[in-house]
Amino acid sequence: MDERTRYWRPAEPKPSYDVVIVGGGGHGLSTAYYLAKNHGITDVCVVEKGWLAGGNMARNTTIIRSNYLWDESAAIYEHSLKLWEGLEDELGADLQFSQRGVMNLAHDLGDVRSSVRRVEANRLNGVDAEWLTSEDVQAFCPIVNISPDVRYPVLGATLQRRGGVARHDKVAWAYATAASNLGVDIVEHSEVTAFVRGAGGRVEGVETTQGTIRANTTALVAAGHTSVLAAMVGLRLPLQSHPLQALVSALYEPILDCVVMSNAVHVYVSQADKGELVMGAGIDAYNGYAQRGSFHVIEHQMAAALELFPVFEHASLLRTWAGIVDVCPDASPIVGPTPIDGLYLNCGWGTGGFKATPGSGWAFAELIATGASELARPYELERFTTGALIDEHGAAAVAH
Amino acid sequence: MLLIRCPWCGPRDEIEFRYGGQAGLTYPPDPEAVSDEEWADYLFMRDNPKGPFRERWFHAAGCRRWFNAVRDTATHRFISTYRLDEEPPA
Repeated sequence: MDERTRYWRPAEPKPSYDVVIVGGGGHGLSTAYYLAKNHGITDVCVVEKGWLAGGNMARNTTIIRSNYLWDESAAIYEHSLKLWEGLEDELGADLQFSQRGVMNLAHDLGDVRSSVRRVEANRLNGVDAEWLTSEDVQAFCPIVNISPDVRYPVLGATLQRRGGVARHDKVAWAYATAASNLGVDIVEHSEVTAFVRGAGGRVEGVETTQGTIRANTTALVAAGHTSVLAAMVGLRLPLQSHPLQALVSALYEPILDCVVMSNAVHVYVSQADKGELVMGAGIDAYNGYAQRGSFHVIEHQMAAALELFPVFEHASLLRTWAGIVDVCPDASPIVGPTPIDGLYLNCGWGTGGFKATPGSGWAFAELIATGASELARPYELERFTTGALIDEHGAAAVAH
Repeated sequence: MLLIRCPWCGPRDEIEFRYGGQAGLTYPPDPEAVSDEEWADYLFMRDNPKGPFRERWFHAAGCRRWFNAVRDTATHRFISTYRLDEEPPA
């Protein structure tokens, strides 16, 4: 049996579909799956310019949590976390989903106050959250240095025990396989070059390198390249695409059995099952589509990591890379219709999209299928005009 | 790391600079007169091309002056840098 047929069916695009989804990453695939599974909409095509899940889905640090400050964020990320908790059963696949706990460290009085506030806000929203003192931090994760005599002392941390990690590729493959089994066509190596425009400028599908694909609904789920696609229909968005870097070390014995994140010093780390330390940085400041960043960002991140985890001084760097993240001014996504009839957007997940993979697709599918989604409604593009921003910058443990 | 040519100081390492985002955005001359849509456009909407992009940089650890650049965001290569009172070189 062809290895590929154990997963999703390779598909040639048909001339038309009910829904065409532009972008075969995690969010596009989960959107396709929930359209088919929850709403019975199976006449769906996912077009991907490269190979499946080869963009940010292949480049993230796999962290899953829902401890966001604001109600709108807690709603969608907690919904997502609940979907994660049943996802291996639902998709019938091992996703190496591990709720090993996510700690967000606090390094100064401002951090402590905002962290405690976030813990209380989380609890009010039914999101599990605890405040740990520095001694609790060390008990939970013994290799963290809690000496007060360092540049960024650990004054405490928030802990979400239900948070953790999952194997990113397996998540994409499982969604693709499940969607494909329900009748969704997944077309790889097919780049969108233009949009099909109908009466009144309505978007009625896409022109691709494999020909025209018409659709009643066109859904952009293209992460870092969303602005490039939107520009084809003259739509200007509040997005900037930045490189976001991450790295892995060589393989080591198990030394870290939780996820540790620090906003202030922009480092977040976990240890993969195979043994690599997986670390992420903050974004590079400039706009960039090159899938690489500047080395001083890695250097800065390593300096912080070494201070927090002195034992890492023995580790050696194996590989660094970058993804292209589309960042909104309020660090929250855009999920909703556009001023152009027939065109929907799911983008702007910035540095924190992986954890939202199930919830994003679930809400976006509901929006496309029924015309409304309670979870997605606050994330409409219109919020930038009304001023109803969902300001998670700094509020939600930035280093997503 | 990027090597950035400050129009006054010459080529310097990226760590000396701060990024200022898209260049050429003008503050509405009469901000109270603009509609919510126009204000949102000024405040939040930005070009985000994959290719040449006019942007601002600040030489924070050098001459502490702002300048503009045209940089290709697809490759990160600087096409030109120029003073604020200059037009981008053709």
